[in-house]
Amino acid sequence: MQRIGVFVCWCGSNIAATVDVDRVVEAVKTDPNVVHAENYQYMCSEAGQKLIRDAITEHQLTGIVVCSCSPRMHEQTFRKTAEAAGLNQYMVEIANIREQCSWIHKDKDEGTEKAIILARAAIAKVCLNAPLQPGQSKVVKRALIIGGGIAGIQSAIDIADAGYKVDIVERTPTIGGKMAQLDKTFPTLDCASCIVTPKMVECAQHPNITIYAYSEVEEVKGFVGNFNVKIRKKARYVDETKCTGCAVCTEKCPSRKGRNEFNCGLDTRGAVYIPFAQAIPNVATIDATNCLHFKTGKCGICAKNCSANAIDFEQKDEIFEEQYGAIVVATGYQISDVTKFDEYQYTKHPDVVTSLELERLMNAAGPSKGVLVKPSDGKHPHDIVFIQCVGSRDISGRGKCYCSKICCMYTAKHAMLIREKYPDVNVHVFYIDVRTPGKNFDEFYRRAVEQYNVDYIKGMVGKVYENEKGGLTVQAVDLISNERVMLDTDMVVLAAAIEPSDGVKHIASMLTASIDTNNFLTEAHPKLRPVESPTAGVFLSGVCQGPKDIPETVSQAGAAAVKVVGLLAKDYLVTNPCTAHTDETMCNGCSSCERVCPYGAISYIDKEVMDKGVREVRRIAQVNGALCQGCGACTVACPSGAMDLKGFSNKQIMAEVDAICK
Amino acid sequence: MIYSYFPGCTLKAKAQDLDTYGRKAAEALGVTLEEIPEWQCCGAVYQQATDEIATKLSSVRALNAAKEKGQPLVTICSACHHVIKRVNEDMKENEDMILRANNYLKFDEPYHGETEVIHYLEMLRDKIGFDKIKEAVVNPLKGKKIAAYYGCLLLRPSKVMQFDDPENPTIIEDFIKAIGAEPVVYPFRNECCGGYQTITDKDQSDRFANKVIDSAKMKGAEMIITACPLCLYNLKQNTRDIPVVYFTELLAEALGVKEQEG
Amino acid sequence: MNNEKALAEEVVSFSGTNPRNCMKCGKCSATCPTFEEMDLHPHEFVSYLASGRIEKLLQSKTIYKCLSCFACVERCPRGVEPSRLIEAVRDSVVGQKGADYLSPDRIPERLDPDLPQQAITAAFRKYKK
Repeated sequence: MQRIGVFVCWCGSNIAATVDVDRVVEAVKTDPNVVHAENYQYMCSEAGQKLIRDAITEHQLTGIVVCSCSPRMHEQTFRKTAEAAGLNQYMVEIANIREQCSWIHKDKDEGTEKAIILARAAIAKVCLNAPLQPGQSKVVKRALIIGGGIAGIQSAIDIADAGYKVDIVERTPTIGGKMAQLDKTFPTLDCASCIVTPKMVECAQHPNITIYAYSEVEEVKGFVGNFNVKIRKKARYVDETKCTGCAVCTEKCPSRKGRNEFNCGLDTRGAVYIPFAQAIPNVATIDATNCLHFKTGKCGICAKNCSANAIDFEQKDEIFEEQYGAIVVATGYQISDVTKFDEYQYTKHPDVVTSLELERLMNAAGPSKGVLVKPSDGKHPHDIVFIQCVGSRDISGRGKCYCSKICCMYTAKHAMLIREKYPDVNVHVFYIDVRTPGKNFDEFYRRAVEQYNVDYIKGMVGKVYENEKGGLTVQAVDLISNERVMLDTDMVVLAAAIEPSDGVKHIASMLTASIDTNNFLTEAHPKLRPVESPTAGVFLSGVCQGPKDIPETVSQAGAAAVKVVGLLAKDYLVTNPCTAHTDETMCNGCSSCERVCPYGAISYIDKEVMDKGVREVRRIAQVNGALCQGCGACTVACPSGAMDLKGFSNKQIMAEVDAICK
Repeated sequence: MIYSYFPGCTLKAKAQDLDTYGRKAAEALGVTLEEIPEWQCCGAVYQQATDEIATKLSSVRALNAAKEKGQPLVTICSACHHVIKRVNEDMKENEDMILRANNYLKFDEPYHGETEVIHYLEMLRDKIGFDKIKEAVVNPLKGKKIAAYYGCLLLRPSKVMQFDDPENPTIIEDFIKAIGAEPVVYPFRNECCGGYQTITDKDQSDRFANKVIDSAKMKGAEMIITACPLCLYNLKQNTRDIPVVYFTELLAEALGVKEQEG
Repeated sequence: MNNEKALAEEVVSFSGTNPRNCMKCGKCSATCPTFEEMDLHPHEFVSYLASGRIEKLLQSKTIYKCLSCFACVERCPRGVEPSRLIEAVRDSVVGQKGADYLSPDRIPERLDPDLPQQAITAAFRKYKK
């Protein structure tokens, strides 16, 4: 016979307002295993915990049930309380009567009845609990960063500076990300590449950082402290160890039709290319789809001109494996598809561009060498219209429901830079709301209006069309004056919504990290654990978690790095003792469990088994306790009921169900 | 291929060309259009109010007639297509409408939006295929620069109409290419011609029609084609120097059946 | 609840759309081809009805100017479908006895030999009960 104590928490009025806690106490006292029950205003407080400790001692309790909030909140608290009173921490069960009961019921009778049922289920389970001892697993002191934009770069440098090895895996040929494409940054207007390229160089030179550019994560296995990751190094057809980055091949290449990704497709590049002058690693890459050698078997001009002998048409993708203690996701964002909003003529008129394209048009290293010109004819524009929120705050199904957060500020930046450099150009901004929370942000926007005479017009543009002069007409309404606006202009710039990079879904599923409906990675807690994924050992850096600007990204990257360092600083992690185990006499060696195990924790051995007096060698499942995370998938998959989970045995679950159905 | 066919009032009266050429071309392409017996006017306007039912019943009758034959229902007139397609969507989703319409009409078996409603252009694209039409063309309209005028009713609301990309449609341009001509894409091809104001405010519809015509001309159009009798009327009323014709007429011409006895 | 608010709510309810989804971007009015002809504009219809006001809308000539071209429906980022609201207000006006906007007497003077039937049918559907 067990001696169970039940402790019902009011959680102030959170529980007590909808659950009659006195009735719960009276009801559970009728259970023959319950020798003590009481309620208290805040069971998690020091006074509440003392009640529990004292009761354990006084009534020689063998197990306790705390009826309170979600176990995600305070299970650890009460386990420590039990340990302090000399009770094994796995003899504690939580009945969640807050999130799953009081918060969702309005009627007190109903709430009370449900709370009693939940308490009874927990009592039934704890009666079958057995003391368990947690084990240990070793921590691999190396971190993996997925994505080499400013978020990944900052996390890498911070982790490396703390003394740990870091690998950056970046799928494009260079690190630097979107920030390297920008011209100036708000609100200080400092040159983006002047501040990001030194950080890129720092990564390349840091003794603790290894960059795998033009590489992708292929497979992730293992768990916190001990991830096993396969990385595919895509063939560049250039030997990175030999290439000096002299760029002679990129100039000689006769195929000039490759889309220049770095310039957002505003111009073309050779089939062999270095994305931009400060690329890291500064080596060439051959894009096989445009390369004449791969198309026709001829050409080879790059190889003939390479004094370092670095061109290698025979190069193949390489896959290698590495172990990591922690993984940081820093996959960033991309510009969402604006072709769906063709009332703005983006696909029809070359002078309708996205804001990122405008960055390239204004950048000294861009297709027009920093001279702002119309893409259609290379001529100077005299009038430019900016349209905000294209595809953001849109629940019609065409766009994204969220605010992309960075557009108000970068548009103010663009407007100001244009007015500063070309005072003859009129600039209009059509906005819905101007959102500028941030240090020196609103002042920045107001400067655009007050000092630079940028014409801010409240109201979204309805339609853009080509006019008889070959220019563009913008049809809108000024909502303040309630008048029609028909504006002839030379260029239209769309502040397109940003969205998580494609491929993030695949990465998230490899990591078993959760994503939301917009494909942003989910935090473990939106306020208190914003840089951690709910999957242990996986951390979030930058826009992959939600829209943010550079200062915010850098702060979050640093925060993620600290969490990684905190993890890598430990030599061992305490492992969960609630792992699976096999009943050897029942296992029929079918491999069902092995197939469903996401952690590779199950293997098969031939073992001599004594079953009903017969001694024979059988193929049976064996669980590696260090790898098992206690997810329970195998116990469900096992057709013979041989697999069971410590702390969540089939018997315990059935006892809970029976208690509920009684 | 045999399809049920809903011509609508205007095609029986002022827009006989749209109908006649449509039938001839279909025949040339091996499609039989069987006119629904005793069809009634669709009402020309889809009433959006959720409690509206009376004006939708004629469409339900036509839809059910096609269902009984087990045939898709083909329309040509933009207005008819708009109304019948949207009513059909209601008959799939709007429980209240399904119940009330069926209670009133008392078919042998209740109607639940089973009929596939396709516009003639969709029939060309999805059932026959523009490449097949290209093969069947005997008089390719070579070098002719033709502007497609979509108007409103075929495209919007795109969630229901599912006709084409509402902001960047290609179906009529692809049709123009199939008959050997050159499509002209211009900004006002999916803006309103002012249609419904023709009776109450002619000045306004004239202004709108002119915007469409100017926009097409600016991009070098030599001809405008459309699927809507009212669009055709409004455009024709406002231009002397650029022909405005039904797409079916050009199709019949390209297939070499325009002059045939109907 | 006063009468105006009750009527506004009734009209919104049979319009089948929710003006409270509006974020006041004005795109409906911006894209409306007939903006200049209207005394109250699509975004104002949405805003008035969202706050339970309808009196001014009932007097507005906008209800006879809307073309039902669905540009606002298609392009509204919030799925508000302003044309439904305008139509609902118009229905509630022309549904009153003697409130027809278009009388058959006025038709003959407007007829011309090429005018398609659909124009007349549509006009009666929209402006007369």
